[in-house]
Amino acid sequence: MKFLDEYRDQALAEKIIGEIRKTVTRPWVLMEVCGGQTHSIVKYGLDYLLPKEVELVHGPGCPVCVTSLEMIDKALAIATRPDVIFCSFGDMLRVPGSDVDLLILKSRGADIRVVYSPMDCLKIARAHPDKKVVFFAIGFETTAPANAMSVWQARQQGVKNFSILVSHVLVPPSIASILQSPLNRVQGFLGPGHVCAVMGYREYEPISARFRVPIVITGFEPLDLLEGTLMTLRQLEQGRAEVENQYSRIVQREGNRVAQDLVNKVFEVCDRKWRGVGSIPKSGYKLRWEFREHDAERIFDVKEIDTKEPEACISGLVLKGVKKPHDCPAFGKHCTPEHPLGATMVSAEGACAAYYAYGRHLQPRKHETELEATR
Amino acid sequence: MCLAIPGKVLEIQQDAQGVRMGRTNFGGVVKQVCLEYTPEVQCGDYVLVHVGFALSKVDEAEAERTYQALEDMKQLGELETPEFETRDTAPSGGAP
Repeated sequence: MKFLDEYRDQALAEKIIGEIRKTVTRPWVLMEVCGGQTHSIVKYGLDYLLPKEVELVHGPGCPVCVTSLEMIDKALAIATRPDVIFCSFGDMLRVPGSDVDLLILKSRGADIRVVYSPMDCLKIARAHPDKKVVFFAIGFETTAPANAMSVWQARQQGVKNFSILVSHVLVPPSIASILQSPLNRVQGFLGPGHVCAVMGYREYEPISARFRVPIVITGFEPLDLLEGTLMTLRQLEQGRAEVENQYSRIVQREGNRVAQDLVNKVFEVCDRKWRGVGSIPKSGYKLRWEFREHDAERIFDVKEIDTKEPEACISGLVLKGVKKPHDCPAFGKHCTPEHPLGATMVSAEGACAAYYAYGRHLQPRKHETELEATR
Repeated sequence: MCLAIPGKVLEIQQDAQGVRMGRTNFGGVVKQVCLEYTPEVQCGDYVLVHVGFALSKVDEAEAERTYQALEDMKQLGELETPEFETRDTAPSGGAP
């Protein structure tokens, strides 16, 4: 086994879809939380294979998408400084700020570098002691251990010219926020498998109990997603609301304790503003006071920034699962991956970008138009 | 963004800063991966890797068990749909 190809078997996929058909007796709305899951579902057309009673809506789990405009404008302001080498994951480079993006700044001569891991920045910082090396630390709980380790190692190794601009977000508060919304339609969740590889799934149990909603921790391959869907639907049809673990080859209930320990040493929970959604209490991480000399927000006194968000964009509603990409009049017309208007088009894992990449701006799905007609 | 892929650890050593690292094979592409968060991992194990960090050891027994459960579902399904089974074996003569 290589733990990858086996989970793309077509015959098995058809079998699970058969089981789903046998299980479903009425309409259900499920949300896959993670952008990686959205990408996989749209890439393999899994939502097209499900019976028409089952609607998948796409969740807020794309950290590139939900990084607030203020934070991107701060990143742009820091990256412009001549004494800075600004490092980032590749997918942040084209995210539009109020005026420009990082790629445009790079073309104007700013020293902006794409890294594979935050640890690469430590090497850059050691090689350039005369510069301040800043890493744009975005991500969910999955990425927090890597970012925490970079700061921890910077302190251990005395790399003083390294800092991170933190815009970390957390999944459980965002799920709770969706469930509390009066617009909510979601009845069951495919939980974020890789987030739970780090954090475990204990913190989802009170959410499931409080809101009477099934949450099935699910992987990212086609068979994972179909099995997670089946498990969620079985709970709904049987009137159960529990946390179950489809992704048991990777995820344990307690998660990775070693990683959690270091994350908790370096970060603390804070309120965080999500692009398109607004501020959610206790939904992010910031650096602890002890690590302030590696905190880019403290080092670079970036002034209050006036942000401008395009008016036409409905990405906030897409992120909350209220709207689908083709509900937006701009989708695929004046909003494309080359010229994104907002959050969900900028990253490959955003719902709008995934729909665009797999040709869904060209023709809407047949049974979706039928569903619209019956609503 | 939360993309993480499984790879097989080929060799474990410490880097110049004393960080536990593993040479890891991802379907032919070999990269260095930080193993600080997976102290239990040994050579030959599969790990789930995200931005250069192993986050979890792949539980091979559990993977086998899940996959087998899915396979069993397939077997069961074949028994339930005899029309696919009988087509080739139906007697050639005597049909009306």
